Amino acid sequence: MINRDFIGYTFPPRELDVEKGRLRFFAKAIGQTDPIYGDEEAAKAAGHRSLPVPPTFLWCLRQEKPDPYDYLEFLNIDLAEVLHGGQKFKYHNLCYAGDRLTLVEKIANIYDKKDGQLEFLEEELTVTNQDGLLIAELLTTIVVQHREKPNG
Amino acid sequence: MVEISIGQVLEPVIVGPITRHMLALYCGASGDHNPIHVDSDFAKAAGMGDVFAHGMLSMAFLGRVLTDWVPQENIREFEVRFTAIVRVGDVVTATGKVMSVANGSAELEMHASNQNGEVVIKGRASVVLD
Repeated sequence: MINRDFIGYTFPPRELDVEKGRLRFFAKAIGQTDPIYGDEEAAKAAGHRSLPVPPTFLWCLRQEKPDPYDYLEFLNIDLAEVLHGGQKFKYHNLCYAGDRLTLVEKIANIYDKKDGQLEFLEEELTVTNQDGLLIAELLTTIVVQHREKPNG
Repeated sequence: MVEISIGQVLEPVIVGPITRHMLALYCGASGDHNPIHVDSDFAKAAGMGDVFAHGMLSMAFLGRVLTDWVPQENIREFEVRFTAIVRVGDVVTATGKVMSVANGSAELEMHASNQNGEVVIKGRASVVLD
């Protein structure tokens, strides 16, 4: 069982840079062909100051740290039992390649179903940019599935 | 201004068959390096049988449905639940439907299904209409 005392725990804020090359790689990986997501001139012609961060990439930013799963270790959760159950985004402003973003993560809730076979971890993530402008609020639901494994 | 009517179905984004290569690219590009999506040995040991697609990859296809339709800054809310696993070889069709229009914004039902019609991801979006 995940320790319920972690409900409400807020991780220290993290700052990170949004990189153009990374956004181009992401566009390729999701099959995005709209040129504003890969060609800076096309983005500028469409009124953007650089390549925009696409809608779901904000979630990826959360993993930008030496060990993206350190929070699972912190909470004593086995990575092999983890599934992504749900994801919410609330968007306030676009952010762009070249921005320096601040991420604040908070454990919003931990609960279980099916007599503890399934545990749910809800994590809030708030993203602001270098001007203090609110970019987005995310809510991630992680499912911890205590299932049978081939080797016990 | 985009053309809009209630019941309107958004142009689908169809991707597939999903390959291990796609999952490897998404692993690197997304930063979601969970081996369960790219390492068959790890996935088997975890009781999953084989690697499977990142849920957020399907959500990214739904995101493309939205940004193909309206400028990204018009998207205000976007949320999903992952209801079934997308496996290697699956063909994913992502689309949305306009459910209501009020006060300059549209409420959309969003979902993606596999080649058998099974819904793999389901949710909603709220979009401002200029």
